[in-house]
Amino acid sequence: MDTALLTENAVALLPEIVLSAGVMVLMIVDILRREQNGASSLAGLSIAILLLGIGASLFIWSRPPTEYMEGAVSDGFALSVRLVVLIAGVLGVLLSRNYLPAIERQGGAFYSLQLLAVIGMMLMGTATNLIVLFIALEIFSLALYILSGFYRESPRSIEAAMKYFLLGAFASTFFVYGAALLYGAGGSAHYARIHEALSAGAGNPSLVLPGIALLLVGFGFKVSLVPFHMWTPDVYQGAPTPVTAFMSVGTKAAAFAGFFRLMMTALPSYQSQWALPLAILAVLTMTVGNLTALRQSSVKRMLAYSSVAHAGYILIALVAGSASASSAALFYLFTYAFMNVGAFAVIIAFEKRGGNENDVEQSELAGIADSSPALAAAMAVFMLSLSGIPPLAGFFGKFMVFKAAVEAGWAWLVVVGVLNSAVSAYYYLRIVVAMYFQQAEEDGEAQKPGALPAARSPQFVVAVAAIAVVVIGLQPGLWVDLMRGLGQ
Amino acid sequence: MLSVLTFLPLVGAVVVLLAPSDSLKRWLAFGATIATFVVSLLLLPGWQEIPDMQFVERYEWMPGSNIHYHLGVDGISLWLVLLTTLLMPIAVAFSNQHVKQNLGGFLALMLMMETAVLGVFLALDLVLFYVFWEFSLIPMAFLIGKWGSENRVYAAIKFFLYTLAGSALMLVAILALYFHGGTFDLLALQEAGLPPGLQQLAFLAFALAFAIKVPLFPFHTWLPDAHVEAPTAGSVILAGVLLKLGTYGFLRFALPLFPVAVSNYASLISVLAIVGILYGALVALAQRDLKSLVAYSSVAHMGFIVLGIFALNEQGISGAVLQMVNHGLSTGALFLMVGMLYERRHTRLMEDYGGLWASVPVFCFFFLVVAMSSAGLPGLNGFVGEFAILLGTYKSSPVFAVLGTSGVILAAWYLLHAFRQVAQGKLTNPANFKDKLPDLNWGEIGQLLPLVLLFFAIGLAPNFLLDKINPSVAALEVVQTPMVVEERYADHSSLPTFTSVNNPQTTVD
Repeated sequence: MDTALLTENAVALLPEIVLSAGVMVLMIVDILRREQNGASSLAGLSIAILLLGIGASLFIWSRPPTEYMEGAVSDGFALSVRLVVLIAGVLGVLLSRNYLPAIERQGGAFYSLQLLAVIGMMLMGTATNLIVLFIALEIFSLALYILSGFYRESPRSIEAAMKYFLLGAFASTFFVYGAALLYGAGGSAHYARIHEALSAGAGNPSLVLPGIALLLVGFGFKVSLVPFHMWTPDVYQGAPTPVTAFMSVGTKAAAFAGFFRLMMTALPSYQSQWALPLAILAVLTMTVGNLTALRQSSVKRMLAYSSVAHAGYILIALVAGSASASSAALFYLFTYAFMNVGAFAVIIAFEKRGGNENDVEQSELAGIADSSPALAAAMAVFMLSLSGIPPLAGFFGKFMVFKAAVEAGWAWLVVVGVLNSAVSAYYYLRIVVAMYFQQAEEDGEAQKPGALPAARSPQFVVAVAAIAVVVIGLQPGLWVDLMRGLGQ
Repeated sequence: MLSVLTFLPLVGAVVVLLAPSDSLKRWLAFGATIATFVVSLLLLPGWQEIPDMQFVERYEWMPGSNIHYHLGVDGISLWLVLLTTLLMPIAVAFSNQHVKQNLGGFLALMLMMETAVLGVFLALDLVLFYVFWEFSLIPMAFLIGKWGSENRVYAAIKFFLYTLAGSALMLVAILALYFHGGTFDLLALQEAGLPPGLQQLAFLAFALAFAIKVPLFPFHTWLPDAHVEAPTAGSVILAGVLLKLGTYGFLRFALPLFPVAVSNYASLISVLAIVGILYGALVALAQRDLKSLVAYSSVAHMGFIVLGIFALNEQGISGAVLQMVNHGLSTGALFLMVGMLYERRHTRLMEDYGGLWASVPVFCFFFLVVAMSSAGLPGLNGFVGEFAILLGTYKSSPVFAVLGTSGVILAAWYLLHAFRQVAQGKLTNPANFKDKLPDLNWGEIGQLLPLVLLFFAIGLAPNFLLDKINPSVAALEVVQTPMVVEERYADHSSLPTFTSVNNPQTTVD
């Protein structure tokens, strides 16, 4: 193969390249420093690598879109996806920093896997080719399966990893099958070529719809659309909380980005056929997610079902299927990154650890507004933002998505969305009620925050996320522009 | 100027939270509300008696979506702004005396509340309006849930979810308006006009949100819970200002944007208003708890205001605006007085009192004046507003006016009944004796006196307010076009003709 072809336009993948090199450095450093127990320095190194990745993304920010070997493109959309994923990665690493020593695990493998997951997620946003898309999907999925089971002393964590892996592998096979059918339909794995072939009347159009349906199973599993969401509560609850925080945002951003690009560049001519089924899935996902979340007593499970519901809101943007809708979805995920990771960070500060526990019950949050006012206030901000109360970031995420959907003529879907959003306020509010309006039970043991040694990191992440949620809410225009849609 | 007015309380809230001691917090909070009041008074010297928006500020907020930070004030919102800025220092002064637990949080929430409410009254961009509208729920829900009485958590959740769910569809309607007009700017949308089909749907969505906030029968069920459970200062602000957001919404958004839909639904909403007036009054009559009585009286009084608005003529609407101010003043004062009594005796049941005139004459004097103001005694403020509303209603529908008038009689009945039970009769309960029950202190008199003076001032010289209200009301499109209701009575020559129908007026830009 011609080496010139290999390096031409390779700058399009600069952030991924930087991170890949970083992972190797990280693993080497891990081996060299194993004797010295340098877990926290590994966290620092990981953050440095991620920041380099952000720097690389910003470096190629203003370049014209370039495609690398018909496999990955670096356009505005891809850059925005990278930004969301990298932010989730940084926050995730920061949360893990004190968590790993608390569950007595070594950091090297953990951080390498987390960075690998970030690479896979970023690739999802750039992929313009079914093969690259599948590889990207597997890179981050495999990393996340292992990460979910990283808390080895907790049977629940092992169960989560097992469940996630088996079901995930099953979903991946659907995905591959769908990709194969699409390849058969369009005669190419490259999106633009598929589109060309199909709109020219060539290829085999009868394979398109079965292909979409099978791909939908794979994507639906990753972003937890109903009815492919069954794994979500168990995995979210069992996985180490920093992993949950990271994957709840990163997976969604990556899978939605990949899905968006596939549907809108390879299959736009079939939009009239895939939009309505997706709309129905969105209704199901929002409704089932919210109604089930109402009944949860564990905060992590509640947030798991809430994340199902949020997948439904974001799916509305895909139904709308316009350039502004894709940027709205990214903006939604951008706000979601801060509010959701922030919420999990607060859980880390309060969860019990050891034995079978790495979770917190809603009743255990009673009265924490008195014992730790700052954490409670931040949690209140996250909860209100997740339920979409202005002027917090979450409101504008929903607002942009709903606006794009109304513009595309999906007003009835938006009605379902806002009603769901009103329902969701109830369970988010319950956390606020517990924290502020109820008294702590005086058993003196459950309420102590900071079972962590020098729990500075969760507090730091909580503060950053809370400030971001408020600032984005007050000045949304700036950040909306940062999230660029497909073809923008 | 309007931005300073809106965000001064929020700055105050932050400062109050950071202040080291409780006494400093008290002074800072009080100072912030007074400063806001002073800033709002500065609107008056430069005021022009024109229908247009004044002191307008307009900046880009989300340029990509054509959303602006757009503030302005006209005759309809001016007095509501002043009402808010006046009631706030009074409510803060009361809280400074009585709130013990977590004072800083309480005061900060009150100040946040003020920013939210002023934002609603001043916003001229639908998204900005919606943001302030929803934001106002948070501090109020916290005030009720944290500092309220026994059943506070239930009341707070009910208040929050009820009003939140009510305004959800309004967001969809706002987006639909944007889809049609390409802008979220109220004035631009108003000028562009909307197709009748969209008007019907959007009006229903907006009306639901506003009707819940007012609250219009049958959407009132959150109100008694919220009012009764809220701390006194919360009730004052809830009744005095927050309920006005609903009626203000009708005036500012529903009437100008959806004139066709408004005239279609005017009769229906008027009927609901009348049911609310009679129902609220009758239920108030049956209350033993003084605070519940005042709460239900709010349902009745707000019904009056809605009735005036949907008379869809100048008298009715001007009267409604005036009555919004009046109700804020008199119900605010009533809740304050109930609070003062409660802080002394820790009961709100009227049967625990009786004969208080003998022990606390100053309190009873104020109570009488406030009750009379609320009942609409001529010479006091309530009368002017109710009179104008009934006049306007009579012009559009005499039957509604007759039914509404019976509400006035009922109001006098339950208020006098309450006064008689509390103040008159024999002083029998030893807990109410003079040595046990102290009369109003100077601080409390200071809180009530401005309100009482305004009762008289508005009652005797309402034109000072009306002159500023009228131009904006006269410029409303629904006031200018002949309405369905009027046409129905066109052949009755005995009815007074409605002058401004025939007078061509300039429209608002």
